[in-house]
Formats: sequence, structure tokens, C-alpha cells
Amino acid sequence: MKLIKVSLLATNIILALSLGAAQAQNAPKLKVGMMLPYSGTFASLGNAIDNGFQLYVKEQGGKIGGREITYVRVDDESEPSKATDNINKLIKRDNVDVVIGTVHSGVAMAMAKVAKESGTLLIIPNAGADIITGPMCAKNIFRSSFSNSQPGYAMGEVAAKKGLKNAMTITWKYAAGDESVKGFKESFEKGGGKVTKELNLPFPNVEFQALLTEIAAAKPDVVYSFFAGAGAVKFVKDYAAAGLNKTIPLYGAGFLTDGTLDAQGDSAKGMLTSLHYADGLNTKRDNAFRLAYAKEFKLQPDVYAVQGYDAAQMLAIGLNATAGDVSKKDDFAKAVTAATIDSPRGPFKLSKAHNPIQDFYLREVQGKENKSIGIASKALADPGRGCNM
Amino acid sequence: MDFFTFLIQTLNSVQYGLLLFLVAAGLTLIFGIMGVINLAHGSFYMIGAYLAYGLAPIVTGMFGGGFITTMLFGLVVSILLGYFLEWAFYSYLYQRDHLQQVLMTYGLILVFEEVRSILVGDDVHGVQMPDWLSGSIQLNDVMTYPTYRVFISGMCLLLAVGMYIVLTRTKLGMMIRAGSVNREMTQSLGINIQFLYRVVFASGVAIAAFAGMVAAPVSSVYPGMGQGILIICFVVVVIGGIGSIKGAFVAALLIGFVDTFGKVFLPQIAGVLVYILMAVILLWKPSGLFKAGS
Repeated sequence: MKLIKVSLLATNIILALSLGAAQAQNAPKLKVGMMLPYSGTFASLGNAIDNGFQLYVKEQGGKIGGREITYVRVDDESEPSKATDNINKLIKRDNVDVVIGTVHSGVAMAMAKVAKESGTLLIIPNAGADIITGPMCAKNIFRSSFSNSQPGYAMGEVAAKKGLKNAMTITWKYAAGDESVKGFKESFEKGGGKVTKELNLPFPNVEFQALLTEIAAAKPDVVYSFFAGAGAVKFVKDYAAAGLNKTIPLYGAGFLTDGTLDAQGDSAKGMLTSLHYADGLNTKRDNAFRLAYAKEFKLQPDVYAVQGYDAAQMLAIGLNATAGDVSKKDDFAKAVTAATIDSPRGPFKLSKAHNPIQDFYLREVQGKENKSIGIASKALADPGRGCNM
Repeated sequence: MDFFTFLIQTLNSVQYGLLLFLVAAGLTLIFGIMGVINLAHGSFYMIGAYLAYGLAPIVTGMFGGGFITTMLFGLVVSILLGYFLEWAFYSYLYQRDHLQQVLMTYGLILVFEEVRSILVGDDVHGVQMPDWLSGSIQLNDVMTYPTYRVFISGMCLLLAVGMYIVLTRTKLGMMIRAGSVNREMTQSLGINIQFLYRVVFASGVAIAAFAGMVAAPVSSVYPGMGQGILIICFVVVVIGGIGSIKGAFVAALLIGFVDTFGKVFLPQIAGVLVYILMAVILLWKPSGLFKAGS
């Protein structure tokens, strides 16, 4: 009996040793937790981000930081109340090395809180809540997209430079809308303009008629708006149907006309918006990216695909510096913040609070495209107010 | 606010109220007469809008197009759908308690949303407005009023009058009202109540789908569009008195005014004003403004 036990122990030890040796030759796979909306209103955004991420990994031969990749995917349903549970499952049950996510700001805020406490690496490929790279910033949290106030700030500069004096703003009363309007107001008033009235309606209400009448009665020089998705479609159409587009120009953050032009039709024609990506950039980098993406997925890429692609680039830069070791967080952060990320949108660096410092394009709606007609704001950085890092 | 702006805002209120009535009318009909809490009512609105979007190219292919033709086709499809749903699902619910009704109709919402996602996808789509309605009426030097919104209001008024006449002035209306008061007694008078309910349900679905079709060119079609309208429709039905068409009409206009002027004068609390209105009215008249049948 004793003999059997000893021999069993011996085989166990030998087995363990040989496994260890095998692992040393072949680093364990890198577990990437993709926490994105794969269903619901934001499903197409989640899929674009996922596609962009995969495309970059594929271009690197399926390896990042010398390690092969396995994906663990969770549908976050854009539901903030489930966010904490979902990311905890990824971190504690699935033991992922890094989390990529997400689109919805409320969900992302819950994720950032958990990531900050647990120290897990988190790269946010869309959600723009200012607070994530402000008071909630941490050395293991990065963003490959934008902060909500950035597109608004860029558009405010444009309006001020055109010599417009009185502006009205209109948005949904929620964090993203408020932050976007705040960005616009800050730069517009710095440039000598004045925001005379801020109009709001509860999210996701789409009865705009009463507020359009307010705009018509007040006759400002320009209207700045933040809406997205179905709300953006209806707002732009209602604005045109009320005849306001002929007399008062409508400016917006790029989301007002992104992915919505088919539905908006002629009503969006000639509109000006700003975003960190645009159609017709016609740079070598962007053309190559667009071609590769179209070939791989039989789809045209959008800004979300770019953000997913760049999230993978940031991960690769960090892991190359630590030879694939996710636990060396200081080295990882140092490498990513020092690097210039070669994005299809144009090269960008990260701010101290880990938010992109990037050019914002001024875009005009031509046909079914948001064509770049110049730069609205060069190397725009989010101030990262409240970040102690 | 000057007098002219005030007039335009009044027009906005009436127009929003009428559209609400159009959707809520079917809900109050089904709720009041058949006693079924139909959470899937918003989905019928959504189905109507997607019918307007999906049928347009087919109708163009077969008959060379036409907005009215598309709507007529949509109506036929939605009546058939309503008839089928009543036979397959809702007819088992009349004797059950409200919790089971809520469970099943909630399940239907999920099914409809998923089917929509599979068939049409999750993108936002626009629906073309007919040319003869796409003009607008000049109101003052800056603001114009789209003709299509006037058309919507006209359709809603027409439907309101039509429903009123059918329910109060015709034999069918009499039978429906009798059936809602006492099912067994009506049956023993030789009226086929099962068929009658099926007709009422099918028309309820058709009215909601019609509302969706009429609204589609201005609201565009998008995932989850039924849920938003469902909640406000329940508010209309509860304020107006469950089952009362007249009540739904008054309540819808009331909400139109409160919502529109609330957004202008009290933007900070615009989101809750409608619910405050509901609470106040229910404190004053616990069964709503008009009782069913009055």
C-alpha cells in the first residue's frame, strides 16, 4: 500500500515537472476578457470593436507580447446594474489577464471601479465618461477612444472661429450629453461666444417639437447638439422638417451623423460635426486599415472598429515592454504612455490620465459620408480634472 | 413667450397628444373590454413601423409603390397577426390572473424583439415620406410646420371619431360593450363571444400597428421603439379610466400639453411631470377620469 502511494507521488511530481517545463517553452495563453454589448441597441458597436481588436491580433500572427490569445466574451447588454457582476465573473471565475470594454458609460464606470480595486488591466474602447480619466483614473486603466467633452470642445472652437456669437445647446439630460455640452460651452465662451440657453430633455425621449419651437423663437446663431443612434436620426430629421436647417446651422458631436446617414437621408446634408475619425482621411495608414478590415469582415470599418483596433495596439505595446507579463503594471503603463500609437485615425499619444491626445476632424456630410474637411482642434487633450496620478 | 409661440406650442401639444391617443386606443380597448394586461402592445406599434419600412420595397415591386397602398397592406398583415395571436395565445388568458398575463405578454415582447433583430438587424432605418406630404407650412419667419404632422393629427382624429361611432352607435359596438360587462350573459343571448373578442383584439393590434406605420416616417424605426411608447400609453389608459375611449382621448391630450409645456417651462423636472399628473389625478379620482362604458 505504502509503495503504491509513494510511486503515485513520484509520478505526480514527474508529471508536474514535465508540465512546468512544457509551459516554460510555451508561455500560457493570454486570456482576454471582451466585455461588450453583443445584443441590444449597441450590438453593432460592440461587434465593430471586437472585429477591430481581432484584426490587429491577426496582423500580429495571432500573438501579443509573445503569447497566444484566447478570448472570453461576455455580453454586457449595456446594463449598468449587471456590470459589476459581469466583470467580477471575468476577473475571479475566468481569471482573465486583461479586460476590454465597453460602449456604455454607466457600465464602463462600474467596470473601472472594479478594475481599480482589483488592479486588473482595463482598456476602454469607447465609453467617454470624463470621470474615468478624471477622478477615477488609475495606472491600470486606459482609454483608446475619447472623453465626452472632447468633440464638444473641438466644435466650440470651430463655432467661435467662425465669429458666431449666440449659441443654444440641446441634448439628453444625462452624463454624456452634459459633458459634451460643457466641452462646447468652455471653448465657445473662451473664444468670445455666449451660450444663451441650454435645452434638455429626459433620456431617451424623442419628442423634440416643443424645444425646436423654442429654438425658432430665440433665433440663435448656431445650435450645438449631442444625440446618438435613433435619437440622432429623429432629431436631425425633425430639425430639417421644421425648416430650421435653412436658417440656423446645426453643429454636433460626430455621433449625430455617424452610422445614421442612411436613415437621415437628405436632412443631414451639409451638416458639420467633429470627431477623432472621418471618412476620406486618405492616409496610407487608414487606407491599409480599411482595406484589411473590408477584406476580413466584408464590412466597412467605422470609428468603433478603429477604437477596438487601437485597444489591441495599446495592449501589444504594453505587453511587448514586459515580455508578456501582465503583473508588471508600472512597466506596462510606462511603455503605453511613452508610445505614439500608430492609429488609422492618425498617430496619437496618451495623456497623463491615459486618455488619447488626438486631432479632432471637422467633418461635413457629403452623400452618405462624413468627409473630413480639415482639423477642428489639433492635438486636443482632455484636462483630466481630478486625476491624482 | 409671446402669443404666437404659445399658439405653436399648443399645436405641438395637440399633435403629440393625438399620436399618443392613437397608440393608447388599442391598449384601452383590449385592456378594458377583454381584461387582459397586454404588455406586448408596444411591440405591435414597433411591428407596424417595421411593416411600413419592410413592405415599402415589396409593394413598390408589385404595384409600383404608393404610401397608402403600403399602409393598407400593413393593416391587412397586422389584422391577420392579431387574429392569429388571439387564437394561439391570448384566448387562454381571459380566465387567468394578471400575473400570468403579464408573464406571457412580457415573453412575447422578447420574442418579437429577437425576431426583429434576426430579420431586420439592429440598425436605425428611415422610412420615406410620401412626396405629396413632405412639404411644410410657413408659420413665422424662422419656423415651419411639416405637412406630415398635420396629416398625422388628421388621421388620429378620424380614427377617434370612427371608434366612437362604432362603439356607441352600431350593433357591433353594443355587443362588444355587453361582452365587456358580462361575458356569460352575452353568450347566452346567442352571441359568439369568442369570435367577437378575436375581432376586438385584431382591431386593437391593427390600431397600434397603424399608429406605428403613420409615425414611422417621422420617428424612423429602431430597436426597442415599442418599450418607450408602452409606458406612456399605460399612463394614458390609467389616467383616462381603464377601458374608456373617451377617457383615453382626454388623457392623451392632457399629457400632450403637460409634456410640451413642461419641457419649455420646467425643463429640470420634465421627465417626471407626466407621472406627477398621473399621481394627482389618481388621488382625486382613483379609477381615472372616465369610468369604462360611460
